[in-house]
Amino acid sequence: MAVSSNRIVRWVDDRLPIFTLMHHSTSAYPTPNNLNYWWNFGSLAGFVLVVMILSGIFLAMNYTPHTAHAFESVERIMRDVNYGWLLRYLHMNGGSMFFALVYIHLFRGMYYGSYKSPREVLWWIGVIIFICMMATAFMGYVLPWGQMSFWGATVITNLFSAVPLVGTEIVTWLWGGFSVDNPTLNRFFSLHYLLPFIIFGLVVVHLWALHTVKSNNPLGIDIKGPQDTIPFHPYYTIKDLYGIGLFLMFYLFFVFFAPNFFGEPDNYIPANPMVTPPHIVPEWYFLPFYAILRAVPDKLSGVVLMFAAILVLFVLPWLDTSKVRSARFRPIYKQLFWIFFLDCLILGWIGAKPPEGAYLVIGRIATVYYFAHFLILLPLTGWFEKPRPLPDSIGAPVITTVKR
Amino acid sequence: MAHSAPSTQVGPGEAKTRRDFLLYATSATGAVGTALALWPFIHSMNPAADVLALSSSDIDLAPVVPGQAITVTWRGKPVFVRHRMPEEITAAQNVDFSTLPDPQKDEERVQKQNWLILVGVCTHLGCVPLGQKTTDPRGAYNGWFCPCHGSHYDTSGRIRKGPAPLNLAVPPYVFTSDTTIRIG
Amino acid sequence: MRRLFILIVMALATPAVALASSEKVSLETQHWSWQGLFGSYDQAQLKRGFKVYKEICASCHALGLVAYRNLADIGFAEEEIKAIAAEKEIQDGPNDMGEMFSRSARPSDPFVSPYSNDPAARVANNGALPPDLSLIAKARAGGPDYLYSLLVGYAEPPTDITLVPGMSYNRVFPGHQIAMPQPLFEDMVSHDDGTSSSLPQLAKDVTAFLNWTAEPELNARHSLGLKTLAFLILLTALFYALKRQMWSDVH
Repeated sequence: MAVSSNRIVRWVDDRLPIFTLMHHSTSAYPTPNNLNYWWNFGSLAGFVLVVMILSGIFLAMNYTPHTAHAFESVERIMRDVNYGWLLRYLHMNGGSMFFALVYIHLFRGMYYGSYKSPREVLWWIGVIIFICMMATAFMGYVLPWGQMSFWGATVITNLFSAVPLVGTEIVTWLWGGFSVDNPTLNRFFSLHYLLPFIIFGLVVVHLWALHTVKSNNPLGIDIKGPQDTIPFHPYYTIKDLYGIGLFLMFYLFFVFFAPNFFGEPDNYIPANPMVTPPHIVPEWYFLPFYAILRAVPDKLSGVVLMFAAILVLFVLPWLDTSKVRSARFRPIYKQLFWIFFLDCLILGWIGAKPPEGAYLVIGRIATVYYFAHFLILLPLTGWFEKPRPLPDSIGAPVITTVKR
Repeated sequence: MAHSAPSTQVGPGEAKTRRDFLLYATSATGAVGTALALWPFIHSMNPAADVLALSSSDIDLAPVVPGQAITVTWRGKPVFVRHRMPEEITAAQNVDFSTLPDPQKDEERVQKQNWLILVGVCTHLGCVPLGQKTTDPRGAYNGWFCPCHGSHYDTSGRIRKGPAPLNLAVPPYVFTSDTTIRIG
Repeated sequence: MRRLFILIVMALATPAVALASSEKVSLETQHWSWQGLFGSYDQAQLKRGFKVYKEICASCHALGLVAYRNLADIGFAEEEIKAIAAEKEIQDGPNDMGEMFSRSARPSDPFVSPYSNDPAARVANNGALPPDLSLIAKARAGGPDYLYSLLVGYAEPPTDITLVPGMSYNRVFPGHQIAMPQPLFEDMVSHDDGTSSSLPQLAKDVTAFLNWTAEPELNARHSLGLKTLAFLILLTALFYALKRQMWSDVH
């Protein structure tokens, strides 16, 4: 198939079929014609990744990864560098936005069963991206070298001291010393700059897997033929652009009018290894996992449970035993999904509270439920639930709605 | 491709015109927005406010005897201050300046005849010319000699021979007293 | 499953009762000129606040992230800034003789700290370290409202509280015992423009000034933000119209 009538394009394409590749993977990619707006969040997350990499590169031009200069160099960006405040606030709030979008993307996948056969590998890559994002965000938060940076780094790296036998050695190795100090800051900067490009590569693989198995859709049934699909371009390009427009308004509102909404005042105090702030909290997107960590009185079990809370996502495709993908046709799972969503919100709320009294009790109940959802309720529901009848094809229900 | 040609009730021609108009308007707006959004990124690489503010240096000339030269720093660049000997001044003034590669009178390049103040950066490709130390080669015109590509400057810092296109630049400066200057 | 749901709802309802113990002080919320989408700094107020800082706070608190040249933003002329900077001496060097020397500060220098280092500051202040104020409005929960409430929050201690010697009672300071004695009193600073020198007025002005030192970019940020949002509304409307137009084939 001729990719273009342009001679130069054809000349290049004969030697390196890059235009053919682009044509197949974007314009011609047959996409289900019934995707709703929840399907916008994947491309939105990709857009924010680009914004983060761009603003990060320009911030790095003015940032100094040294304990004696890091805080000041960030303030110099805020005060003296042309539009430095904009770059910094874009990056700071972009982190929150990235997680918000990816969480919605993830819950969308859960609701519509996008992790089920044949999309298990696609789902795995998504989970790996999520883990890389958490590592990147954590190390990025350390870079301004404020009080929360320093104490966050101390607390989180100390998680690894729970490892039996070699815990202390691992932590010393992570720090490059006997406390969080200059070597730690240097390596965190190096890795914080590296990981986003790895994430970018993983996104390409994520898309590769997606284009191999094709998109899921709100009905969760397979594409039966060409009548069920439309080309990605222009239909979903313009829909994604509209989504980006709406998202930008939301994102930039925070950047321009409430830039420190997601931040902690303590991080505007320079790091002081001698004084711990009275109330250490991670960024909001880590709160549910932080709550799980603190729900367990034993150090090692807490750490194991926290990592398990993320790793359980890898086996989700096999824990959910139902053959039906979309929650639309699964009356019980649909309720379970919303309870699970509520449970995650509760965990997030508990993560921000001190681990004492009733908070501790609620945190424990919510933690137990989190795992019960995956390990007990999902397999059982799959076996006992009676799904509603599935439509014959994607086209069928669309036609009926139009007639009505 | 399964997708069929656009069809609407309004009449194909009308719909197409409307769609084309929307497409052009949206593309143009989007392109303008993208271009505007890039500016903060580009501008962040220009000198920051603190860099621009650090622009003046005070120099005490009292210890510099005739024939001696000192090098000071201004905006991260070397500045040559030479206390010229009478014969160096005469040599600089008695040149038919119109024949020079970058014609300029010596009087235009100094505020006080015996003090020559120059940005010590070769106008060819930015090396620092030799000639400040008494043991340095000073080139064919007894001023400065750039070792990188062989540019010769005279006792007024003007280019006389070699690849450099312009005379050594004179920084903005004022005499704050008889023996002190402020550069910048 | 339903039982679990009920359990969670109940669990949600209990903490309100169980956790009323942690004390919460209410701040004296003020209206600040820079709040809201259209908010911006009141230059006259910032200038008054600077005067309060200079005559009172500056004797103990540094402002290390702000340079004298930044005062141009709040309406000082170049010559005035030079004069303000020149009031302070700073150490520079080494000179050609290899010696450190003292010179008067220039506009490009950051505000000169009242103490040469932190231990010196502690010695002079009964062991307490007066924090640098550059970012204080962003570094405290409650921001400007907290600063204002703190400045006007000094009072006689309630009878059930015994103060540690050298400490003062403050209504909003965490723990209520603060090492800084009440810094502001009525009429401590007088203004040429006839603005009152009441304690609330002085506290408001210096708080505004400190908000500016923490967020000097605010005016530029708000004005660029409004333009950006206006543009995005247009762009998104166009995207939406084009999307509807294109998808009319499919529906």
